Amino acid sequence: MIITNIETVPGRTIVEHYGIVQGSTVRAKHVGVDCVAGCQNTFGGELKGYSQLLEESRNEAMDRMIKQAQQLGANAIVNVRFGTSMITQGASEILAYGTAVRLE
Amino acid sequence: MADFLFFVVFVTAVFFIGQHIQKKHFASLEAREQALLYLPAVVGRKVFNDDDVERAWLVHGTVVVSGDYFKMMLAGLIKFFGGRISAYESLLDRSRREALLRMKEAAASEGAHMVVNVRFETSKIDGGNPSQQTTGMFEMLTYGTAIRLKAQ
Repeated sequence: MIITNIETVPGRTIVEHYGIVQGSTVRAKHVGVDCVAGCQNTFGGELKGYSQLLEESRNEAMDRMIKQAQQLGANAIVNVRFGTSMITQGASEILAYGTAVRLE
Repeated sequence: MADFLFFVVFVTAVFFIGQHIQKKHFASLEAREQALLYLPAVVGRKVFNDDDVERAWLVHGTVVVSGDYFKMMLAGLIKFFGGRISAYESLLDRSRREALLRMKEAAASEGAHMVVNVRFETSKIDGGNPSQQTTGMFEMLTYGTAIRLKAQ
């Protein structure tokens, strides 16, 4: 599965469009991570636990998007965009979407 | 009185520790940016010839940050009068540069020659609650398409 965030896959020809595919996940913070982050919060800077959590969630959202594209018979996703939004205090949605296509 | 004294000591300590962490971070950012100068990350997408491309793939870098307690207090004060909140400016600047660097490092580890169509995104993960003295968290996300050119 080739994934890009430009309209094409350079050097390859798109032969078929399957429309939009998307994957998302909603994650809440973990109490353990939250305690550590609470301390780091006082001094500011990066919250490593959360960085990792969001990284994992984003990979999961992308996996779901890829699965959807595979079901359609696509072998690439172009024009991928990400979105993050706070659903409630302490829980966020991670979204990934793009256009599923078949390359020659 | 003792309470007030404790508070002043606490805020001063937080200020100096926060300042120290920031200084160290800026130094590390500059060193890593220098090391990755050979790998341009550009916002445009027509900077290469399609026929020269060997491989294209998506890369991203992400970082979650929060401001320190001292900065939050300072920002609260400035918000009353309006104007620049430089305490937050430096925080957002260094975290965005960190996210960009992580993306470049991910691209470099797989042998990319450039990253095109780079997008930045900032989102609030947690609003923060002044009554509980939490400062709020932001996520900085950077993503783009890594390009590896054919050997000429």
